[in-house]
Amino acid sequence: MDEILDGLTQIDCDILVIGGGTAGPMAALKAKKKNPNANVVLLDKANVKRSGAISMGMDGLNNSVIPGYATPEQYTKEITIANDGICDQAAVYRYAQECYGIIQELDSFGIRFQKDQNGEYDVKKVHHIGTYVLPMPNGDTVKKALYRQLRKARINIINRYMATRMLTGEGRVAGAVCVNTRSAEFLVVRAKAVIMGLGAAGRLGLPTSGYLYGTYENASNSGEGYAMAYHAGAGLANLECYQINPLIKDYNGPACAYVAGPMGGYTANAKGERFIECDYWSGQMMQEFFDELQGGKGPVYLKLNHLAEETISEIERVLHIVERPTRGHFHAGRGTDYRKQMIEMHISEIGFCSGHSASGVFVDEHARTTIPGLYAAGDMANVPHNYMLGAFTNGAFAGLDAADFIADVDYASFDAGEVEAERTRVLAPTKRDDGIPPNQIEYKTRRLVNDYLQPPKVTAKMELAQKRFEEVREDMEQGMYVRDAHELMRALEASTILDCADMAAAASLYRTESRWGLYHNRVEYDRDDENWFCHTILTKGEDGKPAHRKQDVKPYVVEIAEDEKDAYYKQRVGASVAAE
Amino acid sequence: MPLAQTATTVPVTVNDDLCIADKGCTVCVDVCPLDVLRIAESEDGSKTAYMKYDECWYCMPCEADCPTGAVTVNLPYLLK
Repeated sequence: MDEILDGLTQIDCDILVIGGGTAGPMAALKAKKKNPNANVVLLDKANVKRSGAISMGMDGLNNSVIPGYATPEQYTKEITIANDGICDQAAVYRYAQECYGIIQELDSFGIRFQKDQNGEYDVKKVHHIGTYVLPMPNGDTVKKALYRQLRKARINIINRYMATRMLTGEGRVAGAVCVNTRSAEFLVVRAKAVIMGLGAAGRLGLPTSGYLYGTYENASNSGEGYAMAYHAGAGLANLECYQINPLIKDYNGPACAYVAGPMGGYTANAKGERFIECDYWSGQMMQEFFDELQGGKGPVYLKLNHLAEETISEIERVLHIVERPTRGHFHAGRGTDYRKQMIEMHISEIGFCSGHSASGVFVDEHARTTIPGLYAAGDMANVPHNYMLGAFTNGAFAGLDAADFIADVDYASFDAGEVEAERTRVLAPTKRDDGIPPNQIEYKTRRLVNDYLQPPKVTAKMELAQKRFEEVREDMEQGMYVRDAHELMRALEASTILDCADMAAAASLYRTESRWGLYHNRVEYDRDDENWFCHTILTKGEDGKPAHRKQDVKPYVVEIAEDEKDAYYKQRVGASVAAE
Repeated sequence: MPLAQTATTVPVTVNDDLCIADKGCTVCVDVCPLDVLRIAESEDGSKTAYMKYDECWYCMPCEADCPTGAVTVNLPYLLK
């Protein structure tokens, strides 16, 4: 295994789904169900059984819109406010209307959701305004349940192939170039439609531990979706709205306000005092977190040690079996016990992820990108605050629309020279006798991301970042060296990470205002609704570098009253409450 | 520019006595999202899974899915 082999195979399918995590499997299932004759291929860099952000499961739905608890109108309003108004509501509203059906479908797959004594869904309040959090008692079974459905529906699964570039022709998508991660053999997949569900760009910033893979996101989510969309010519929206999360320090997993919050846990400062009213993740909340750290009141902690034994045991039971189960090992190793100590938290490295913020490939309410036949869903598509249920639901929208799209089209022709050029690019590090290994290219890129791009954002620092990235790119293109197919995968990821770093710097420099709290805190600029109440769309320019344009926010479906617009900026706990 | 051999401790350990790679089992290698596990063959021909690349998200499918409980995921030293 891992020996570099020479090989090139071509296959055809109707719909190619890239990414077998959350959105991808649902997209494949929906497309196949709508058109049982369609040849649907689901391709993953890892193994679909355990790939993606929910590799080990998920503890709950963070954004379920369940009749009796929330309305689609209320949810759409909340997400619009949480996302500082920059939101094409149609996609959020459609999600809010249809996600309940997806919950019922997941239920039918054997994934259970918490119910109260009356058999009603036991929905919890975590957000600033509404009630949307639904625990999943057997959330560790999600991937297994999905995999059973994929087998039953006869979806063709291809594991351990990494898509590296989209193929386009006739103004639409034509397929993708892929490479085997264990043999470096190429696979060209011709497809009438391609659905991307490749997750976040989670390996962009460097975690404070310095360990390249100690990221918040599954470290296999290195941002290929963003890079491939960019090189294919698609538009990417609001990339300057970074993902930054409040996490357990060093472990870098979620502190899980969504699990612990409804049971009485909360985020506290060094004195054990609550300083934010709402633990729901938003840029405004992260700014308060940052201010507390900078203001000398830190460290910031997750506080549970005031809770009753049975409550703490239940929190442990949930947190130590799903999503990030090594969390129990981590606390044991440090000798921390929720009963006795508060748990130190910190600010995560930056990344792109619409699942938690709004930085993603631009899509509409059908999950269509700006390239016909190319779809995106989940963490990499710009429907804000998607989370897992958003990935499932928008993945479903992509699958349904793609099933219609392929009915009327044949394969788009593409230039065979594109495949050859991509083979040359991919294999370049295998053709050298020595050079710089991918881990050093990656480390340097990500260290520079931390040094220069992490908010608060400063113009001169971001311009320096661009210069340094250019130097790293030169080193990468002229001198990166790999010894086997596994290292080649890492080399391709290093290239993706550098593309994302370039995009992060360019997008952040373009929007000359501050917005989204800490996510785009540009110290030289205030918020400027007059000039910047708009999306920013980044594309690949003629010169091969990022180009930008403004795009209007579509008229709201659900109106927001003047006095509601800033609700997420009113998070800091007042003195009287803190004194309690 | 020749490459150096820099040592690093790896977070995933495998109990040789429990591992059944000899019988053809590759479950942990198959499920790892970062593809960092491999099967080693020793001089006497016996096989055991091991962590070849120090690129671990400490996510645990290898430990959870191992049919004999041979795999343990520890925290990488840099962050534990």
